[in-house]
This record gives sequence, structure tokens and C-alpha cells, in this order.
Amino acid sequence: MSAAAIHDDAAMAQASSGAVVLQATGVTMRFGGLTAVNNVNLTVSEGEIVGLIGPNGAGKTTFFNCLTGMYKPTEGQVTFQGTVLPPKPRAVVQAGMARTFQNIRLFANMTALENVMVGRYCRTSAMALTSILRGPKYRHEEEATRERAKQLLDFVGLSNTAEHLARNLPYGDQRRLEIARALATDPKLILLDEPTAGMNPKETEQAKELIFRIRDLGLAVVVIEHDMRFIFSLCDRVLCLVRGETLVEGSPVEVQRDPRVIEAYIGTPDEDEVDDEAAKEEHS
Amino acid sequence: MDLFLQQLLNGLTLGSLYALIAVGYTVVYGIVQLINFAHGEVFMIGAFGALATWTVLFKGQTGLWVLPFMVLGAVLVSVLVAVVMERVAYRPLRHAPRLAPLITAIGISVFLQEAVRLWYPGAKSALPFPQIDLVTGAAFQVGGITVRRSALFVIGSLVVCAVVLWFFINRTKMGRGMLAVSQDPDTARLMGINVDRIIMVAFAIGAALAGIAGVAQGLQNSNIDFYMGFLAGLKAFTAAVLGGIGNIYGAVVGGLVLGIVEAMAVQFIPGTFGGSPWKDVWAFALLIIVLVFRPQGIMGARVVDRA
Repeated sequence: MSAAAIHDDAAMAQASSGAVVLQATGVTMRFGGLTAVNNVNLTVSEGEIVGLIGPNGAGKTTFFNCLTGMYKPTEGQVTFQGTVLPPKPRAVVQAGMARTFQNIRLFANMTALENVMVGRYCRTSAMALTSILRGPKYRHEEEATRERAKQLLDFVGLSNTAEHLARNLPYGDQRRLEIARALATDPKLILLDEPTAGMNPKETEQAKELIFRIRDLGLAVVVIEHDMRFIFSLCDRVLCLVRGETLVEGSPVEVQRDPRVIEAYIGTPDEDEVDDEAAKEEHS
Repeated sequence: MDLFLQQLLNGLTLGSLYALIAVGYTVVYGIVQLINFAHGEVFMIGAFGALATWTVLFKGQTGLWVLPFMVLGAVLVSVLVAVVMERVAYRPLRHAPRLAPLITAIGISVFLQEAVRLWYPGAKSALPFPQIDLVTGAAFQVGGITVRRSALFVIGSLVVCAVVLWFFINRTKMGRGMLAVSQDPDTARLMGINVDRIIMVAFAIGAALAGIAGVAQGLQNSNIDFYMGFLAGLKAFTAAVLGGIGNIYGAVVGGLVLGIVEAMAVQFIPGTFGGSPWKDVWAFALLIIVLVFRPQGIMGARVVDRA
């Protein structure tokens, strides 16, 4: 399937590549006396893949929650394509930001196809009365929604499981289904929270390939991940959070070599492996 | 055998009425985990809405063509009451502890009863409900069974409503939104779903069915009163729990089972414990038995889900 078929704006996005999509400035989130995220800045441009790393409890997911309006940040603001986002999930989705979850949150008792169709909700207009009366506009829209959902399932490689209940899908498929559902909202930016958690190496490789394809549609991607090999071979830029603060931000090579990152996160590094990864990165 | 079939029909009629009301409890519960104890009053108000429509616009008319307008009037009034109730009394309590909306529901229930009693002209005692020739006329005889026309209206209403509801839930965007909200409201929000609106729609759907049930009850009983929502609401709630609360088709099945058990108990349980004085005892005994052995109800207490 051609990229354009999936994302109508792909061509346009590539033409204006480099435009800033997301700008988060001074995002701070306090829960009572605990500062989970402290003054974090993040700028993401079109077609960019940004990695967000950090030890457990560093505030990565909390930061995602602030970006998507699930939490109202104590301080700071999130700007999306030039407009300030209100901390309301619905407005955030409408603006063009979608996410997946660390602990999969599919609608378990709906089929894969229906899950993706729910993702189209914010991009369709038919309301209660029109859907009961089933006018031509409604039928047309419903048909388009179904068609688009099928395309997206195809895109993530789940075309054969469209009619299966989400809860019956294998784990790796559930993760991909979550991505398809997020893509159904026509995002400009997609936030992936540990998309390869619990996956085997083969599935991880497929996930990486999928993320590259999403980027090629002209979307910006922000990925939280613990798998360093995965992050450093995937991302254009990496941000390392520690105890809610930005420790380092830079290219994968810079972040990987930074002694503070190694100390804070990787612990005692396996020198050979790190060098190996860095070398590969420099070649590409 | 005729006796059995006769009671089966009576049970189905009664059960259809319970089922129509029970759907309202279960839809709302499936979406917001709230037992809306004022739902019985929405049913009662529906009946009064139909009566008012008839009194104001069609007084003296008994033709079948009046019925759709009465149903429309009933549905409009009960939906309006339910939506206002949700907006004014439940939404502000969305994040309050469970007990707060429960007590509120009881409060609304009393409020609505009293409002109708005091404000509806003549509602201090039972009011005659308009009779529609074709629907309340002489009963048919099929074999040895007496089929009341109003019974056909009640059962027919349930069938139509169940089919429409199935389409709505399974084949429309709004229905998908409801399924999504019932399973995970936070994620649903992140799909751009307006959760408050979905909740309102859930209340409206329940109220629409309750309004239709109100008309059906009026036609069946030939009079209505401000207190009719109490026992009907309680029975319908029982039916919803019996079928598996949160499960729409459970509510339908629960309603029918409850109605049939009541009708059979009246007829076939001999001696001291039989007859109509004991029918409620048997109905609730059935509830207890089902809950002991199958706490999730007959169809399973899934959130609003396909059956």
C-alpha cells in the first residue's frame, strides 16, 4: 500500500519537512510534595523520531500524560502546531496527537476492526440522531470509516485478525493494534509508550520497521523505551530523563556516550556492545 | 395446557414491560456504574407525558393515529427529564464517592413523585389513561387463549426496541462510542470521544424505552398514578440484576424471566404459598437463588456488550 493512501497529507508533510509540530516548555507535574516531572522541554519536528529514555520512575509516562491532557501540568505549556493545547484529551486528539499505552489499553471486548473504528470517532461527524435515521451521509461515512480502519489494520499487518476480539489477540498483535487505533485519529504526532515491552527480538524488529514506516508517512514519533539497542538504532534524537529532569538531550551517539547517562541509567556498561552500537550508528 | 400457554403469554407481557424499563438501569450502569434509582419515576413521567399529550392535543380521540403522538410525547418528556436529571444531579457528582449519587437518585425519585402528585392536575389520585380503540379493544381468542391487544402492543414494543437498540449499539458510531466508554472511559477520551455526551445518550436511551413502557402500562392498566414507578422500577431493577447488570440483552432476558416466573407462580404454586399475593415473594426468591449460584446474573454482568 502506498504511503499516500494511508496518510493524505504525507506528500505535503514531506515538502514542509522540519516544521515544529510539538513544543513543550517548562512542563512540571507535582503530586503533592512529589515532583514527578520538573521543567522538561521538548521540541519535535515533522518526520522526526525522538526517543525518551530514563530509569523506572523517571517520569516518562507522566510526561506523556501531561502532553496528552490526561494530567493537567502544574506548570508549563504544550504547544501543538503553533497553538497552545488545553489539557483535555479530546482537544489533544482533535489537534492531532495520539498515543499508545505502556500497559495495553485496548477495548478488550470489541473486535480489532471496531477498536480501530473507534479511533476514527473524532474525525467523523455523524451524531446520535443521524445514526438512528441512517441517512445517506451517515451510511457513506460509516462505510468510509470501515474502509479506513481496514487499511490501517493492513498497514500494521493485522488484516487477518480484523474480526477477532481484541482480548484474544496475541500480545504483539495487541501492541500493533493499539498503534493502528492511534493512527486512526489522523495524528501528526504519535506517542508510543514502550511499544516493544515484552516482545521477542523478531517482533521488536518488526516494530522498528513499523515505526520507520509511520515516520515515512510524515508523522513525528516520540518513543519511550527501555531497550537501548532499539532506541539508539531508531531515533534521530534522544532525551534522557532522570528523577523528572532532563539529564541529556542529543543524538543517539551523544547520549549513548554521555557518562552521566551511563551512570544513571545503563549502570555498568558492556563496553564492547556500546562501541559496537555506536559504530553502526555512525555508518548509517 | 391452555392454562400454561395463557400464563406464558401473561408472563411475557409483564416481562416485556419489565424489560423495557430494565434496559434503562443496565445501560446507565454499564456506562457510569451508577444505579439510577429514579429510573422508575422516568417511566411514570413517560406515562403522564402521554396522558398530557392526549389531553392537550387530542382529547376525546380514540383512533389509532393518536398513539404515535402519545408515544412521541411520552418519549420526549421522559428523555427531557432524564437528561436534565443527569446534567443537574449526577454530573456534578461524577467523581464523588459511590454513595453520594445513590442517595441523590433516591432524592430525585421522591422529588419526581411529589412533583407529579402536586403539579399535575388531578394526579393526587389515579387518572384514567386514554384508550385507543384498536389497541385496547376486545381481546382475541386464539385457541383457548385470550390475547389482549395491549399485550401485543407491549411485546411488539419490546421487540422493536431491542432490534433498534442492537443496531444502534453494534452498527453505529455512537454505539461504538458507548461500548468504548463502558470498557475504558479514559482511553475513550483519548480517541476523541465526548464521554459526557455518551453518558447523556445512555440516559436518553433508557428514558426513551421507559417512556414507551409508560404508554404500554397505561394502555394495559387503563389508569396511571404518580406512584406507579416505584414497584415497576424495583421489579425492573431486579430484572436487570437477574439478567446481569450492564448487559443490555441480560436486561431483556431478565425481564422476561421475571415476568414469566411471576405469572407461573400465581397459577401453578398450590396451597398457601400460591396465588397472586405471593408472586412477588417468588420473583425475589428467584433473584436470590440466581445471585447465589450465578452472581453475575443469567447473561453475565458484562459491561454493555454484545450478547
